[in-house]
Amino acid sequence: MIGDAANFSSAGRTHWGWIIAVTLLLVFLPAGFDTHTPTLLGIWALLALSLGLMWGYAGILSFGHAAYFGLGAYTYAITAMNLGESTAAWMLAILLPAFVAALIGAMMFYGRISDVYMGVITLVFSLIMAKFMGATAGDAYSIGNARLGGFNGIPAFPILNVPGDPSMPIYGVDLYYVVLFCLVFCYLISRWVMSSAFGRILLGIRENESRIELLGYNAPAYKTAIFSLSAAMAGLAGCLFASWAEIVTPALFGLGQSVEVIIWVIAGGLGTLIGPVVGAVLLGTMKLLLGEQTMIDNSLVIGAILVLVVLLLPRGLIPTIMGWIRQQDQRSVNRARNNSMRRRAGERRTPKSPDQAHKSVKHHE
Amino acid sequence: MSEMIVETRDLSMRFGGVLAVNNVNFNLRERELRCLIGPNGAGKSTLFKCITGLHQINHSNGRVFIRGHDVTGWRPHEIVQLGVGIKTQVPSVMNGLTVWENLWLSARRIHGKKGASAEVDRVVTELGLQTNLRRSVGELAHGQRQIVEIGLVLCQRPKLVLLDEPAAGITGAEADRLVELIHDINQQAAVVVVDHDMNFVRMLGGTVTVLHQGAVLMEGATEAVMNDAKVREVYIGNRAK
Amino acid sequence: MDYAAVVLLEIIYMIAFLALTSAGLAVVFGMMRVINLAHGEFVMIGGYTTIACAKAGVNIYFAMLIVSPLVVGILGLVVERLVVRQLYGRMIDTMLATWGLSLLMVGLVTFIFGNTAVSVPAPIPGYELGEFQMGGYNLFIIGIATLLMLSMWLVMRFTRFGLVARGAMQSADVASSLGYDPKRVYMWTFTVGAALSGLAGGVLAPLTGLLPSSGGAYIAKAFITVITGGAAVITGTLSSSVIFGTINQIVSFGSTPVIGEIVMLAFAVVLLRLMPQGITGRFFRNAP
Repeated sequence: MIGDAANFSSAGRTHWGWIIAVTLLLVFLPAGFDTHTPTLLGIWALLALSLGLMWGYAGILSFGHAAYFGLGAYTYAITAMNLGESTAAWMLAILLPAFVAALIGAMMFYGRISDVYMGVITLVFSLIMAKFMGATAGDAYSIGNARLGGFNGIPAFPILNVPGDPSMPIYGVDLYYVVLFCLVFCYLISRWVMSSAFGRILLGIRENESRIELLGYNAPAYKTAIFSLSAAMAGLAGCLFASWAEIVTPALFGLGQSVEVIIWVIAGGLGTLIGPVVGAVLLGTMKLLLGEQTMIDNSLVIGAILVLVVLLLPRGLIPTIMGWIRQQDQRSVNRARNNSMRRRAGERRTPKSPDQAHKSVKHHE
Repeated sequence: MSEMIVETRDLSMRFGGVLAVNNVNFNLRERELRCLIGPNGAGKSTLFKCITGLHQINHSNGRVFIRGHDVTGWRPHEIVQLGVGIKTQVPSVMNGLTVWENLWLSARRIHGKKGASAEVDRVVTELGLQTNLRRSVGELAHGQRQIVEIGLVLCQRPKLVLLDEPAAGITGAEADRLVELIHDINQQAAVVVVDHDMNFVRMLGGTVTVLHQGAVLMEGATEAVMNDAKVREVYIGNRAK
Repeated sequence: MDYAAVVLLEIIYMIAFLALTSAGLAVVFGMMRVINLAHGEFVMIGGYTTIACAKAGVNIYFAMLIVSPLVVGILGLVVERLVVRQLYGRMIDTMLATWGLSLLMVGLVTFIFGNTAVSVPAPIPGYELGEFQMGGYNLFIIGIATLLMLSMWLVMRFTRFGLVARGAMQSADVASSLGYDPKRVYMWTFTVGAALSGLAGGVLAPLTGLLPSSGGAYIAKAFITVITGGAAVITGTLSSSVIFGTINQIVSFGSTPVIGEIVMLAFAVVLLRLMPQGITGRFFRNAP
């Protein structure tokens, strides 16, 4: 099975050293690099994180996760356009996807729908959103001041501003820091959730839902909750995207976007939280670089990567690397052990003079 | 007069053309020990599943009462919350998690975050699971997995314990210990045991209910039932000695 | 009266369209529980094959009915041996790997044929039904789809291959106990499924301009049709095609095609909620 099975300890383990180091690195990144692309990568990383949380730990694979990304983006655009100020807009962009996901999740999980059938339902919902939004051209389709715009989407809405002050927009380096903050915040929230009793119960549900119910837990309720949390994070990513791109289109709901997120998660490592983030950053960068040239088609490369990952690296990049590191550690431990055993054996075989024995004792201290 | 802990009234369950449970009236008092026997396909596991809500039933199937509550149509987790524990025929545990993690999940619901660890320690000691504590349950042998599942049940200190073939695939010595364990459990809870092994059933004692083709054939003390002509006939070809 | 005939024909056409484009996916899902998400690209490549042959002077009927299935069948054989075979039993992994293959194929076709639409004219002209202009080619498609379903049913019911296949559907052991290597049964099943997808692509090629990304339009609907249909290959595909085709067309006539599609999609969700194992999980359980 693809991915690395998380358990209590791996779910809760927070490598504070790494987190702080990487965060500091990212904080100082604007000193040397333009932040436009890194901001987008950060948004994609957040989206990947949201799917990775739900899929890796609760075993819920959605084939239409982009639906909540798009929903967050559109909700932000429409609300901001109507209110002229962004605070209510971003809050709604988080809450509405969470609410919709709670409804759909409850419908699926209380109805005991799972596996491939859940894939169909989540896919269908995103397709409905994509088709609907694509057909909303014309003045007739508008919510308040905001025309939905059909295929062309909604341009020219107010971007994020400092809460309460619409005259102070957040863009450029400031937006980068907001995205970074959101990413780190959501990462820590995810860690905290997974190390809590709630998270552990989800791990149990992933392993054997029937047994968890027989232990007295209302499994569908737990699944709906994590589905909703995951959608909230995706919605946040959508809202940030809207502010970055300054336009929202139906493609955000599309199957292509949903599948891309799935690929980021499994390439990076299902069953970890940092894996999806790394997957999104690496593959996202590759996609942007490939987009700048016409020789090699992006689909070709991404497709090949997906096939190879499933066949050869089923655990994904991060777990494979960690496994390799552990193997190396184990090898050096074994090497050291063999060496010391050899040395001791050597001592016993040749009787030593008192000061020779003394010297070798010193070496071992 | 002790209250009925489980009571089914005219319980029936049909699968396609087969009537798996046929108008069963099954009653159990608090802290009673009952053995449920019958040839393959008699409806024993199905009866368990109806009682625990694993087979969703409605009023057309009859009624089930647990500790005085009408649980007809309830979902498994709601029924379990009344103090019911079941070890299923095929071990149902969390294979990817360790023994400790499995037990903790069970203990946590009743004893909360603080008391869960202590409860796990208690059950681990009682069942002798110390050596395998940190291993994945999926790696363990079948017999050990069954013990872990019994551990899952014990952690919640249920008042009604349903054990579906707890003696399957265990050795003679282990069977002795299991009988002792079941008697211990019986001090605090009513226990229903389904099994095919007649020696095991004899060692357990208690009363015996015989199911045949979904209906209750006979009910009574162990020896009386075992020696009954009708029961023997139903078991022709089986080890009903 | 004419209007009613037109509506009826459109509905039948929609049903035929769904059945035809889902057949390949249904065979593979129903027989092997494998979801081949590269199915849409198999259809697309079938289309490109037919168009390329027609442009090279080959008789178009020969191209769409013989060459396309052959070419895509061989492609399917290669895919099965290299990729799908390694992942039996792992349904989600198979979905992901075949999705990767679909992207790969889109990339390759774009590389070879470029990104402009290619097309070929329909070999059967339109006709008139009362006041309405009808596409004659659509009748041909309906005919082919019917023939296809019929031959599939005949093969499943009356040939040895069909019997072994139905057995293998229940479990791989059945195939072995009949003396057939289940691996080979699966290999040929996948190949046949691919060939059927190629056939659909070839037959549908004259309808619109074909792009490397055209496969994407087929896969979502086919996926939903097959899964909602359930495990039975023919009955499942037919029943969901009938339901979805009818709903799609009727709602489209009442409003717009987009609304028709949306309602059809929403209905799929409702159906699955009521019948979590698909239509043939509940009804027609033992039908082929």
